[in-house]
Amino acid sequence: MSEIPATTPLAAGGATARPQRRDIGIKRRYAAEARFRAYGMAAVGVAVLALVFLLVSILANGLGAFRQTFVTFDVTLDAAVLDKVGNRDPEEMKKVTTIGYGNLLKAALGTALDAAGVSTDGVSAKDVGGLLSKEAPAQLRNRVLADPGLLGTTISFRTYANGRIDGYFKGRVTMQSAALDSNVSPQQLELADRMREAGMIGVGFNTGFLFGPDASELRPEAAGLGIAILGSAYMMILVLLLSLPFGVAASIYLEEFAPQNRFTDLIEVNINNLAAVPSIVFGLLGLAIFINFMGLPQSASVVGALVLALMTLPTIIIATRAALKSVPPSIREAALGVGASRMQTVFHHVLPLAMPGILTGTIIGLARALGETAPLLLIGMVAFVRDFPAGPPEGFFDPASALPVQIYNWTQRADPAFVERASGAIIVLLVFLFFMNLAAIVLRRRFERRW
Amino acid sequence: MKTTSISAIAAIAITGAFVAAPAMARDEIQIKGSSTVLPYATIVAEAFGENFDFPTPVVQGGGSGAGRKALCEGVGENTIDIANSSSRIKQSDIDNCKANGVEQVMEVRIGYDGIVFASDINGAQFAFIPADWYNALAAKVMKDGKLVDNAAKSWTDVNADLPDQAILAFIPGTKHGTREVFDEKVLEAGCEATGAFEAYMAANGGDKKAAGKSCIALRTDGASVDIDGDYTETLARLDANKNAIGVFGLSFYENNTDKLRVATMSGITPSTETIAKGEYPVSRPLYFYVKMAHIGVIPGLQEYIDFFVSDDMAGPAGPLAAYGLVSDPELKKTQEMVANGGTAMGPLN
Repeated sequence: MSEIPATTPLAAGGATARPQRRDIGIKRRYAAEARFRAYGMAAVGVAVLALVFLLVSILANGLGAFRQTFVTFDVTLDAAVLDKVGNRDPEEMKKVTTIGYGNLLKAALGTALDAAGVSTDGVSAKDVGGLLSKEAPAQLRNRVLADPGLLGTTISFRTYANGRIDGYFKGRVTMQSAALDSNVSPQQLELADRMREAGMIGVGFNTGFLFGPDASELRPEAAGLGIAILGSAYMMILVLLLSLPFGVAASIYLEEFAPQNRFTDLIEVNINNLAAVPSIVFGLLGLAIFINFMGLPQSASVVGALVLALMTLPTIIIATRAALKSVPPSIREAALGVGASRMQTVFHHVLPLAMPGILTGTIIGLARALGETAPLLLIGMVAFVRDFPAGPPEGFFDPASALPVQIYNWTQRADPAFVERASGAIIVLLVFLFFMNLAAIVLRRRFERRW
Repeated sequence: MKTTSISAIAAIAITGAFVAAPAMARDEIQIKGSSTVLPYATIVAEAFGENFDFPTPVVQGGGSGAGRKALCEGVGENTIDIANSSSRIKQSDIDNCKANGVEQVMEVRIGYDGIVFASDINGAQFAFIPADWYNALAAKVMKDGKLVDNAAKSWTDVNADLPDQAILAFIPGTKHGTREVFDEKVLEAGCEATGAFEAYMAANGGDKKAAGKSCIALRTDGASVDIDGDYTETLARLDANKNAIGVFGLSFYENNTDKLRVATMSGITPSTETIAKGEYPVSRPLYFYVKMAHIGVIPGLQEYIDFFVSDDMAGPAGPLAAYGLVSDPELKKTQEMVANGGTAMGPLN
């Protein structure tokens, strides 16, 4: 941009000539800086836009999962149908399967609609029953088996509406789509509208989504995250118990006690390499060692935790070593100077000062482990699990699911209602990650010491 | 010293847990395999857990081949009990089983599955015959009695009765069992119908296998796209490309009839009825394979198998049929076989 060449020779004997200013390219440099700022702002803008787009699409898709359509009606529990022997013995009553309860519910809903004066014209009895979730018979059966005294009485029964009806109330299913849909008819939707006017059907908060187990593809409305959240919690507890002590012990030794030689250099290189190994490799290792060699059960959270702990260890070791390194040598020298042993120095002075850094590193490692799916795929945790694991410690060995696994599972299912469920599960996972990262930031802010 | 004592306690607790582990018996059934059979297996597992005193079986996907491989890993509680499969077990699997001590494997056919061709609901209606698909997607097609590179651009180039729409097909990737059926029932059938098979036979000196292999070689100019993910991915791609045609399982289509328009094949509309009657040509049997050594050891295994093939589940009026499984006309035979303790498979012929 410079118009005056920098090497213009001075005019000979030009006393009147103004002193030439050396061109130092100020304009050009300012322009470069302005450009660079624009690039930076564009980069930030793109990142923010992507984040907003992601959040908006997930929230728009997923918030519906926290609300669910429920049907409430009176059911008369006919003892002649549900307890054929008549001795109120739950063992005998178990012979009536959910199919029997389903028929009873279908009839009861028809009766209730008549009683409420809701016309069922144009809807067959089968389609009236189709408004209810296929989960409803199981709910009723469990309730009756838990309390056989209910037999012969009339109870008010609240259950999920079928996924398509739920979709209609949330705007996912329309009259047009229902006309083309083989699983729901416009007449059923009109009936649902009439039921809403009669107060028999309505949308409410869905606790089942957070605490219920997964459900098969026939009943997306009943699918919940309970086992996934519990499984993830079990794994995080075990990962913490396994990786924090080992990780901290290893880093203290390497940083404070180990001699500097080729062997420790080798270990250091390996730890840094391990931190970059793709997580699925740890899954392969887990399958080979923990399941095939050690004979631990498949699909159990303990195996998942072991694999994730191995994956988290390098992260924790690197963070811990960095935290230990950042404690100034003067602290160590002062402690040694007043006669503390090396171990006392480490445990009384260095480690407490390094603790915020260690904890931050640990939480970030755990957050990464919480979101992992790939290694769990190989150890059989990407599975349909419907029974809650027992309490710890036996529950660690029961089959369980995990949050990212549940999301992965739901995105593969055919019923469109699972799209909403998957996005809802992503929201739950994001909330967990947000709080873990928040904890890391708070710990750092509160306890960090600057030197 | 606090930290050391905490870590010592943790280490002791963890070691203790591991020592206790092998002593624990597995009480739930473990199932793995085909993602096509997975929804059916979860429906049965769910109902089984509700109605029996046994725990709900744990069902994994992963593909037919992976399931059969896991089944043949050996006998014992840390191996699976049942492998779901959307294609018949292979002799190599049986040999592998034998080599690992899995002597007896029971084959249970649960029903049939249809493969449908569908496009966007607002698109044109298609009526295919297998030869159309061969002429549209194969690498080489017959023209004037000679094999030439496929140059068809529009479906009308393939068959004048089809709509004038650019050829773009989303077909399952090679790791899917569905692809095998597509290759065999559509491409090979079309290959034979157009006479390309004979031309390949002549070119390969009468080698049937090589000719069959040439039949299923697809053009690579982007008209056919392999989808390695699930049908949900195919559906999403179809949504973005309204002109494309996707290959789906019947049950997936039945759950998404408001988004997809199904094409007929050889004049037959796919449905559970037409497949059960054997009219719709592109269908396949679905199986599961049971490790017989585990019956009586893993609680509830026999009951689960009985329950799966019962009329309440796999029958024409059961929940599996409602989801899209084509009920097996010979279900009675299977029920009897299973009720009598099951028969182990012999070598495949």
